[in-house]
Order: sequence, then structure tokens, then C-alpha cells
Amino acid sequence: MPVLNANLTLQAAQFANLPETLQTILFMVLGAAIFAGAAAVLALVGVYLERKISAHMQDRVGPMEVNTEIPVLKNIGHGWAQTLADALKLLIKEDIVPAEADKKLHLMAPFIVFAATLAGFSVLPFGPGLVASDLNVGLFYIIAISSFVVIGIILAGWSSNNKWSLLGAMRSAAQIVSFEIPASLALLVVIMAVGSLNLGDIVAAQAGGIHKWLIWWYPPFNILAFFVFFVASLAELNRAPFDMPEAESEIVAGFHTEYSGMKWAMFFLAEYANMFLVGVIIATLFLGGWTSPFGDFLNSGPFPVFWVTLKAFIVIFVQIWLRWTLPRVRVDQLMYTSWKVLTPFAFVAMVGAGIWMML
Amino acid sequence: MDFTNIAFYIFAALTVGSAGVMVFHRNVVYSAVGLLFAFFGVAGIYVLLAADFIAIVQILIYVGGILILLLFGVMLSQKLTKVDVRTESMQLVPAVVVVGGVLAVLLLTISSTPWKLAGSLEYEPTTKAIGRLMMTEYLIPFEIASVLLLAALIGAAYIARKN
Repeated sequence: MPVLNANLTLQAAQFANLPETLQTILFMVLGAAIFAGAAAVLALVGVYLERKISAHMQDRVGPMEVNTEIPVLKNIGHGWAQTLADALKLLIKEDIVPAEADKKLHLMAPFIVFAATLAGFSVLPFGPGLVASDLNVGLFYIIAISSFVVIGIILAGWSSNNKWSLLGAMRSAAQIVSFEIPASLALLVVIMAVGSLNLGDIVAAQAGGIHKWLIWWYPPFNILAFFVFFVASLAELNRAPFDMPEAESEIVAGFHTEYSGMKWAMFFLAEYANMFLVGVIIATLFLGGWTSPFGDFLNSGPFPVFWVTLKAFIVIFVQIWLRWTLPRVRVDQLMYTSWKVLTPFAFVAMVGAGIWMML
Repeated sequence: MDFTNIAFYIFAALTVGSAGVMVFHRNVVYSAVGLLFAFFGVAGIYVLLAADFIAIVQILIYVGGILILLLFGVMLSQKLTKVDVRTESMQLVPAVVVVGGVLAVLLLTISSTPWKLAGSLEYEPTTKAIGRLMMTEYLIPFEIASVLLLAALIGAAYIARKN
């Protein structure tokens, strides 16, 4: 396609002629658009996985039957149209705002949650040099930016002017603030082992195959840190068995009780985008990130992206699996888990790995 | 005008604007939201000053800790579903005197300080240097601060458990 090629070259030349400031801004807008699109697509894949896995695990009939009347597609079967149906339903739903709600904050809350989730994506490494913002304090940045999600949830609960919403929001805040402590302590083990907060450096330290992954360093302390971080991340994601903020059997739907239509969809997409974010973080910190598990085999070209996505989706699968097999814990059991089980174990992992490093 | 300058004015406008919302809005929750964006703007200015670590700490401590506790407190202290949380001005005359005095001192300091202008900023990692300084030169302030925080923690636990 020579015409298109010539056209692209011309456009590239025109782009190079633009002032540098404008170029930077264009790059940023383009990058942000790519991330927003990718996050939305990944979230849809996550929703599809959740539907299908729950259907397999609990014999749910619906997600196995959803289909269309279009001749060729009709024969695929296995409920392939579930995500399409979900998305269409969300698009045509009416947006209802309670009369007594605080309209401005009610509108703002889902945007804060979604924007904070997207902001976390910007430091994730998907391959050698394939990272939107190669921050020196990348890991620390993710911990910090995720606190905006809590603010969004609290505002959503408060602005809805509904007691279930407010209870859900307060549970969420208490839960995320508590579980941030064992999660951060578990991350400290990784930071101490690698000596860097940069996610790219952390991946580079694990290059060379499955036996070099950080989860195997300083046994058993890094494995312990891995489990502590995984459990704490479930709680920070508000996922079962720690989905107290939206416990349907107790408080209707928690902080998003009064949300419907696209605003509710933003909370929903943010949850699945966050699951992918946590999947990539766990893959990067403990499971070798974008490096191949087989050393140099299949470790170039498009494969880094493939490996990190695969690892992230394995983590997502475990998250979904736990949701459909475990019952929800009580609030007091939740706090017990954080303060009396995970935090001491996180300290053990940190001190143990530290002593091992000094030996 | 290069990119950093544009970014600086955006962050500065965001900080000052949301600080204004925080001070002048009559609803406490809106003030908290104003504070959220003010903290965010200040973190942005830290980034432009090549202080990456401080910027992240700003977000982590002020947004992730203090602001969440503040909102939590507001919600716990009010009737559950009553949206009506208001701030009011009292003691107008003494307040004007005190604030005017502070403003005068600040303006005097700003105008009399010989400000150093950095020719060009070097964007290099600061975390390692900060950590090293905390463990060597500033070890005693660091330890004293941690003992102070421990005392505050024990005090809070004692007050909470009294009943």
C-alpha cells in the first residue's frame, strides 16, 4: 500500500515539524487514549471470564446459553455473546440519580475511581522498554495513587445519601486502610531484595527463567510475602471473600447501591481493570514479569507482552476461582485477618528476608 | 513557553483553585474534595521540582492517610443520611487580625528572602539519597519522630480502650 505509506511518512514529517511542547502533549494524549482503550477491553475480557468461570463452577445456566440469531455466529454456542449482552444492557440502562443525592459528587465519584485505576496502569512494564512512564519510584507510586480509589468510593457512598451506600463506603475505607499495611510490608520484602522501586529493575533482577523468580528467593520468606500480598490485594480490590463493601446479603450493593447505567458501569469496569492491574503487579513482583519462564526461549518480539498478560490472567483466574468457592467473611473476621494474621506474617517475612540478606 | 512551564501553571491553578474551594465552600465534604485536588496539585509541583519521592509521599500520606481519616470522621460524626454538614465563620474580628498578621509576616519573608534560582533541574532518583541521609546524618531526628509516633499510637489505643 504505497499510497498509505507515503501518506504516513508525510504525516510523520509533519509531526516532527510541530513544536516540541505540542509533540509531548500529543504523545501523552495518545498514550492515555491507548491505556483507556486497553483497560476497557481488558475489563470486558475480565467480565467474560468471571461469567464463564462462575457458570462452570456453580452450574449457572445463563452464561452458557447467551447467543444471537445471526446465522453463522449462532453455531458458536457456549454462550459466547454474554459480554456483548452485558455491554448492551449497560449502555441502554437509564441513569437514575436519587432526588436527595448530592448530584455533583455523585457524578464525580465514578470518574475518580476510574481515573485512579488508569493512572496506576502508566507504570506497568509490558516488555523491555515497553512502559508508559519509567518512574524510579514506580512501586511506591502505585501504592500512593490507589488511595484515590478509596476517596472515590467514600464519596460515592456519602453522596448517594443512602444508609447502605454509606455503610459500604465506610467498610471499604476501613478495609483498604487496614490491608494496605500488610500489603506494603510484603512489597518491602521485594524492594529490599532487588534494591529498587523501579518495576523495570525488579523484572530485570528475575531474568533467566522460572527458577530466578522472586517468589523463590530467600525461602520461605518470599513465598510468605507473596501469599500475604495476594490475600491483602484481594481485600484491597473488594473481592470475595472480602467483598464486605458490597455484601449483597447485608447491605444491598454497598457503596454503589444508588448507581445505575454508565456510572455503575464505570465502577464495574474499574473493578476489573484493577484486577488486571493487581495481576500485572503480582506477575512483575513475584513471577518474573515479562520475562519468559524458559530462560531465553520465546523471550523476544511480542512474547514479553504475551507472558506478562498470561501471568496476569492466571492471577485473575485464581481471584475469580476464590470468589466462586469461598463464603464471605464477617467484618470482625476481616479485621482479625488483617491485623492479627497478615500483619505479623508480613513482619516475619520482612525480618526473615532481611536477616537472610545480611548473612 | 515549554512544557514544564505549562504544566506548572496548570498545577498551580489547580492547587490555588481547589484551596479556594476548600476554604470558601460551606459543606465540609466539598472542602475535603477541594483539599484532595489541592494535595494533588502540590504533588504535581513537587514532580516539576524533580522531587519524585516527596511527590509520592505527599499523595500517600495526605490523600491516602489524612484525607481518608478526615472523611471517615465527618461521616461518623454526622447523622447517617443527613447531607447537611456546614462550616461557618465565627469570631470575625480576631480572625481577621490573626490572619492579617500571618499574611504580613509571610509577605515580608517572601519579599526579603534572596531566592535561589536553579539554572536547570536534573531529574535523577532521589530516594536512595534520602534514605541514606535518614540513616546517617539525620538518624536522631528520624528515631525521635518514630518514638513520638509510637507514643501517639499507644495514647490513642489507651483512650479508645478506656470504656
